[in-house]
Amino acid sequence: MKMQSKNTERGQQLLYQILLIRRFEEKAAEEYTKTKIRGFLHLYIGEEAVATGVIQALKDEDNILATYREHGHALVRGMDPGVIMAEMYGKQEGCSKGRGGSMHLFDKSKNFFGGNAIVGAHLPMAVGMALAAKKLKQKKITCCFFGEGAAAEGEFHEAMNLASLWQVPVLFVCENNLYAMGTALRYTHAMQELAKKGPSYKMASSTVDGMDLEAVMEASEKAVKKIRTTGKPYLLVCNTYRFRAHSMFDAELYRDKKEVDEWKKKDPIPRFRDSLLKQKLITQKKVDALEERVEEDVKKAIEFAETGTFEPVENLTKYVYSENQYQ
Amino acid sequence: MSQTRKITYREALKEAIREALTENDKVFLMGEDVGRYGGAFAVSKGLLEEFSEERIMDVPLSESGFVGAGIGAAMAGLKPIVEVMTVNFGLLAMDQVVNNAATMLHMSGGQINVPVVIRMSCGIGKQLAAQHSHSWEPYYAHVPGLRVISIGTHEDARGVLQAALQSPDPVVIFEYTSMLNMEGELPEETIKVDIESAKIRREGTDISIITYGAAVNKCMEAAEELKVEGIEAEVLDLRVLRPLDEAAFLASVSRTHRALIVEDAWRSVSVSSEVSARITEKAFYELDVPVKRVCGAEVPIPYPLHLEDASVPQKKDIVEVVKKMIRP
Amino acid sequence: MKEFLMPSLGADMEDGTLVEWRKKPGDPVTRGDIIAEVDTQKGLIEIEVFEDGYVDKLLVDPGEKVPVGTAMALIRTGDSETGQEKEQGLEFPVSEKEKVVLQPTEEHFDEKPLPQKFPGKRIKASPLARRIAEENKIDLSKITGTGENGAIIKDDVNKAIEQRTAPETEEKISETLPEKEPEKIADSGKSIRMAVAAAMSKSNREIPHYYLSKKIDMSKSLYWIKESNKERSVQERLLPAALLIKAVAKSLDEVPQLNAVWENALQIKNEINVGFVVSLRSGGIMVPSINNADLKSVSQIMDSLNDLIPRARAMKLRSSELNSSTITLTSLGEGGADTLLGVIYPPQVAVIGFGGIIEEAWAENGMLGIRPVINASLSGDHRATDGLTGNRFLTILNKNLQNPEDL
Repeated sequence: MKMQSKNTERGQQLLYQILLIRRFEEKAAEEYTKTKIRGFLHLYIGEEAVATGVIQALKDEDNILATYREHGHALVRGMDPGVIMAEMYGKQEGCSKGRGGSMHLFDKSKNFFGGNAIVGAHLPMAVGMALAAKKLKQKKITCCFFGEGAAAEGEFHEAMNLASLWQVPVLFVCENNLYAMGTALRYTHAMQELAKKGPSYKMASSTVDGMDLEAVMEASEKAVKKIRTTGKPYLLVCNTYRFRAHSMFDAELYRDKKEVDEWKKKDPIPRFRDSLLKQKLITQKKVDALEERVEEDVKKAIEFAETGTFEPVENLTKYVYSENQYQ
Repeated sequence: MSQTRKITYREALKEAIREALTENDKVFLMGEDVGRYGGAFAVSKGLLEEFSEERIMDVPLSESGFVGAGIGAAMAGLKPIVEVMTVNFGLLAMDQVVNNAATMLHMSGGQINVPVVIRMSCGIGKQLAAQHSHSWEPYYAHVPGLRVISIGTHEDARGVLQAALQSPDPVVIFEYTSMLNMEGELPEETIKVDIESAKIRREGTDISIITYGAAVNKCMEAAEELKVEGIEAEVLDLRVLRPLDEAAFLASVSRTHRALIVEDAWRSVSVSSEVSARITEKAFYELDVPVKRVCGAEVPIPYPLHLEDASVPQKKDIVEVVKKMIRP
Repeated sequence: MKEFLMPSLGADMEDGTLVEWRKKPGDPVTRGDIIAEVDTQKGLIEIEVFEDGYVDKLLVDPGEKVPVGTAMALIRTGDSETGQEKEQGLEFPVSEKEKVVLQPTEEHFDEKPLPQKFPGKRIKASPLARRIAEENKIDLSKITGTGENGAIIKDDVNKAIEQRTAPETEEKISETLPEKEPEKIADSGKSIRMAVAAAMSKSNREIPHYYLSKKIDMSKSLYWIKESNKERSVQERLLPAALLIKAVAKSLDEVPQLNAVWENALQIKNEINVGFVVSLRSGGIMVPSINNADLKSVSQIMDSLNDLIPRARAMKLRSSELNSSTITLTSLGEGGADTLLGVIYPPQVAVIGFGGIIEEAWAENGMLGIRPVINASLSGDHRATDGLTGNRFLTILNKNLQNPEDL
């Protein structure tokens, strides 16, 4: 439907990106079971359309802050899969020199500010970054991803109020996957129509089907346009679902297998692929070729991570204070 | 000899919660994912089914909110056990703990008690990186009005909660995720522990190793290794980080004349700095060598295992420092 | 063939119990398929397979609890049906720890020495040492410190007190020397053996030995050691060997003819330097010397032993420590032979041997009792001295060991 305005090449690029997230994370899960990756590993599988759709609507100079479930966001932002995988391996060739791991992917050159693992704590920072852009008269907007669990935090309320009060250009993207770890939306929010929280702060808001890439693209483009023209914040709620457990070690006692299966029918990847095929923006042959390319790139990412090196232990207290104190 | 049984640290904690819920219907457990998920670290797994949603309350991610609510419920006559998933998120509720729970009795001129029990899992390790790997006991130990307990043994895992629920004052309990799977021996009969005193976990004559929490185990292992070298180390588990059982460690140092303090937390402005200061203030003339400390490196905890290991005291660091203190 | 392993789903997962296989041998599997259900501390978790292929063999039965990393099944992958492909090694890194050995040994903390404001003026002593010194009116400026950076510690002050009065009460005697591991054993074990062989052959060839021995009641000596160990730290505790050395040195004072060398004629030495035989683990012996042993206190001799023995075992002795002895003492320690008759180390003229301390029935003043007894022997060079001299020496040695407080 909306893809008509986009050319064939664009459609293929998006399909590549969304596929890359899926395959990259499937591989990450495998490497985790082999203990190559440690700590917490939160997979985005099922939710890929959100990051893909929102970030494509942004410009390179716009800021992005994400949660600890951020591999997809980092990949769509254009960070190198090998460098991300190396980070998850704890290698110094990783995007955060191996210091951060899966939950803390950072790339300043791409205006990608993590990788934040304290639920809701990055929302006020996003407001501050937008405030800076406003004061510095920069055109950039700040996009902040968070889960519906974070919307129960006090910091959500404070950040929403401040952003609206100060009229700063933030796109708040609520990735509502229905579970705050293992506790369902109905047990954590009295008002479960999350977009309604926007107007109570005098903030524009909308809800979109987060399993439909094209719908997310359209909704985000609209939201971003509104922010750029008004300079005011916007709350976009994307209803989505994670197909896999909260983190690797999770027995999923809190949800029904049937529910997961129902949502899997809405898998955003076949949905987008079929839409492209239907619109004749891609051929099956090309789809197969893309799959192969993705597989090859994931393989390369693993190779890069495997051949990476560990930082020497003498460096332990590096990056605690800046090296150039007086510049 | 009394009979003993094998039990994991996790099971010991769960037994204590179950016992509290069974014995007193004013007790309830409240926290993130304690019910349907089964507890972030499976400590409360099965309790929702055993009791009810009234007694095992899942809460939204609203730390300041539900910890504050726990404080309020305690002021109004209930006995809440508030579980904060991890100490990392605990900081979001710090204001409630420090400004409400800790001050209420004093501000009200002794009228209002806050008998709340707040449990937090904590500890450095498992490659959870800079925002999820913390030893923040010193933050809480700084605050008058709080009773701060660190559970470094199975005995305390089983016994501390019962004592904490008897306390008329707010009790903050630290549990260590790295110890959950660890098996230990407990006597068959009910355990009584107090939350006022430190405890000698191993007697020795040559040096006092003063420690708490997850480091207790490391110190015990270090002491065994030192025994082979002919050094008898005493291991004193502080257990109560506020108010400190100063008599216990001063007595120990007065016997051994040497003190090493071991803690996972950052060195500066820590529990060890307080203990060290008091030894110098009150047992100065008992010291035969300067007080030493083995503490966490002053760096946010890095993700890779080799750097994480280098950030916290290891057994061999303890052994080496002790040897140097005894045979310079 | 690939192994399907019990996966690690979290750093806090150590093992899992297989509840059910979802696939059986011969079933095809594709990456992502659920192959088994496993029970963990967190509950049942469905386990996926990361290979395409066929289940070849199930290695674990339902109900079995296996650690993370255990092979649970064999999966025939792609070309494996031809049986051509190589057996894949176990890729599972059991512990990253074993790979990365980078643990720093030091604390991560700068311990720069504090600048000394009045160099030379202030005496470095521990608070405890100061307190004890003050209570006992000991002048710290006359004491050499053995603590960190030469600080005077409790033991140093106690030593100074002990030199005035003998302390009381009891403590257990540690019977073994606090022995350190040899740091490095040079590949010189063989040459040492050869050197010992040469010296002993020369001795037997040239020196006409005579032998005397005497049983000595050690109860008073052992009691004295027990008492003196009262205030001593572990590493300062006295062992009988130190007392024996001192007793020998003191006896030689009265029988100087045995503290001598024979080089065409008897040459009596002024210094009493007692060589002490240390057996090496690699075979052979080393004989470091405790110089001026007659002038040293038992404590100082103990210190020397603590210093010399590990260095001897590590073959890190200075040549001056090996060449200066004027008499040799060899002792078997406990649990060995009762009597030791030594071979003189030329050009010395005597070797004193001690067997192990053993309990014996002992008659004295018509009474029978059990006493700890040591068998002291003297091997003398008949060219230099006669049995009478040797006899005198053993008598005096006995007297000295009956009065340990005077040593």
